[in-house]
Amino acid sequence: MPGGGERKNRVCSLFSFDLMREGYCVVYLTEYEQEMLDGKYGSASKMALQVQVAVGECFGAKRLLEASRVHVASSNQEADVWFAEKLLKLGGRCRITPTVNPGFNLSYLSRYLSISREDAGLMERARRAYRDLGALLTLSCTPYLEANVPRFGEILSYSETSVTIYVNSVIGARTNREAVQSSLCAAITGRVPEYGFLLNENRRGTVLVQVDADLRSDFDYQLLGCCTQKIGPGVPVFVGLPANPSQEALINLGTQLNTTASYAMFHIPGVTPEAPDLKAAFAGREPERVVTVTDDDLHEIHQIISQPPQKIDFAMFGCPHFTIRQVQEVASLVRGKKLAAEMWVLTSSLNRELARRTGMLQDIEQAGGRLVEDTCIDQPCWSHLKGKVGVTDSPKCAYYAKMRGMDFVVRDLASCVQAAVKGEVS
Amino acid sequence: MKGRESTFNCHMIAEGRAGGEALVSQDEILFYLVDPQSGIVIEKGHSLEGKSIAGKILVFPAGKGSSSVQVDGLYQLLRRGNAPRGMIIERPDTILVTSAIIMEIPLVDRVDPAFYELVKDGDRLELDAGQGRLTWRN
Repeated sequence: MPGGGERKNRVCSLFSFDLMREGYCVVYLTEYEQEMLDGKYGSASKMALQVQVAVGECFGAKRLLEASRVHVASSNQEADVWFAEKLLKLGGRCRITPTVNPGFNLSYLSRYLSISREDAGLMERARRAYRDLGALLTLSCTPYLEANVPRFGEILSYSETSVTIYVNSVIGARTNREAVQSSLCAAITGRVPEYGFLLNENRRGTVLVQVDADLRSDFDYQLLGCCTQKIGPGVPVFVGLPANPSQEALINLGTQLNTTASYAMFHIPGVTPEAPDLKAAFAGREPERVVTVTDDDLHEIHQIISQPPQKIDFAMFGCPHFTIRQVQEVASLVRGKKLAAEMWVLTSSLNRELARRTGMLQDIEQAGGRLVEDTCIDQPCWSHLKGKVGVTDSPKCAYYAKMRGMDFVVRDLASCVQAAVKGEVS
Repeated sequence: MKGRESTFNCHMIAEGRAGGEALVSQDEILFYLVDPQSGIVIEKGHSLEGKSIAGKILVFPAGKGSSSVQVDGLYQLLRRGNAPRGMIIERPDTILVTSAIIMEIPLVDRVDPAFYELVKDGDRLELDAGQGRLTWRN
C-alpha cells in the first residue's frame, strides 16, 4: 500500500543544496513520498509535495503523516483560482476528497442582486477547477457539523478560521491553521507535515483564563472570544463558564478567538475532550499566565466591535454558516411578521433543505427574509450593501465586511431579528 | 560610513536569488492592505504606510491575516509586477511560506542578528536563498 512502508532515512532533495547543514531540519520521507517528490506520480503531486516539504522543513517537521480529511477554505479570489487551475493543468487530482468553503450562489442571488460578469466568471472558474480536481463542493464553512466530521485524534489538513480551532478544540482532531493552498496540497498528496498542533506538546493549555463574567447567551461567547488582547498568545484554558455550553457557543468562542487573533486551540475543562479536568488541560504543568475576564471586559469589547444603536438597512447572519438550530431560532422569531430591513441568513445546502421540508424556509421568506446556501458574507455579490449599516450577531462578519464598506451594529441574535423587524437597533 | 559590505548566513524557505534595495518594516505585513497598482502600503498607522514595496527586498517581522486575503494580496502585486523581489522574515507562518513557494518569491529567515543592527532602507541586498547567503552593502 502506498506510504504504508517503513520509513527510510532519505534526505528530502527538494532543492539542489545541502539541507544537512548543522541546525537545519530534515524531513525524512518514505520511499513512496520520495518517489512522489521525484515526480513519479505526476507534476501536480510533485509540486504539492514540494510545498508541503518546504513548509515542514520551515517548522521543524521530521516526517510527513498520512492525513485522512481535508477542508479547503477556497475563496474564489484570483490567487485561489490561479493555484487551483495551475494544479489542474499539471494533471492534479485529489487523493483525499476535500470539502470546500462557500463562495456565492450565482443562480439564486442573480435573481435579486446585480452581479458583475467578472465576478460571476471567477466564481464559475473556481467551481470548475475545484470540481475537476476532485473536491466535493459542499460550499459550507461548517464541515465539522456535516459532510466532513472528523473523529477524536484524526490527522487533518483544514483551513478556515472557524473550522481549524473547532476541530482541534471541540472534537480533538488534529490540524494546523493551514493556508487555502497548503490544505489543497494535502488533498493532492494525502500527506501533511508533522509539526505544530499535530504534536502533543503543542496542544496543552498555556494560559488560564478565569471567566468572572455572567455568560447568559451564545452571543456572550462571541464577546469572550474577542477578548484576545487581554488573553494574549498561547492555548487558553477557560474556567468559570456555565456547565454544558451549546454547540453554537463553542463555535462562537473559537471563531472569534481565531478571527481577532491567531489561535489554533482552546480548552474548557470538563467540556472539551483533551481537558477532562484542569490538570489535564495544562498537561500537569503550571499556566504561563493567568488572566481574568470580567463583565466589564465583555462590555468594553462590545462597544469597540459594534457601531452605536441606529437605523439599519439590513441584517446579515451566518458567519460562520448558521446551524439548523440558529435557522430555527430566526424562523420562529420572524413567523407571522414583516421585516422592515433586508435579512440574509446564510447556511449549508443540507440545512436549507431541512428548513424547506420543515417550514422554516417559508416562515423566513414570508417575513421577507432570504435563506441562502453556498454563500459567504465576504464575497463580491454584496456590493449593493456598500456604505450601508447592518446588524449581525457575528463580530467576524462585522470585521471582514468592513473591507467591503459595510458597517455593523453587533447584537445577540434575538435583538438582531427584532432590529430587522423594526428597521433600527434601539 | 558608505561602501561597507558584509555577508550573513540565513535559512532558505523559498528558493531563488534576488537583488535590490532593502525596505525595513517594523510591523507585520498584510499584503491585502498594499495597493496592487503601485505597491504602496495603505494600512493606516503601519510603519511602511505610504512607502512602496515594489521590487524591494522586504525585511519584516512576520505576515498576518487570513490566508485568502494574504495570498490574494501578494498575488495581485505579483501580477502587476509590484511584488517584493525577495523577503526576509523573522517569524514565518504557514500562509506566507506557502505563498512565497507557489509564487516563486525568494524567502529566508534565521538571519544572523547582526544583520538587523546594520540594515537600513535603501541599502543594497543580494539574496541567494538556495545558498543560505545574504550580502549587505551600503
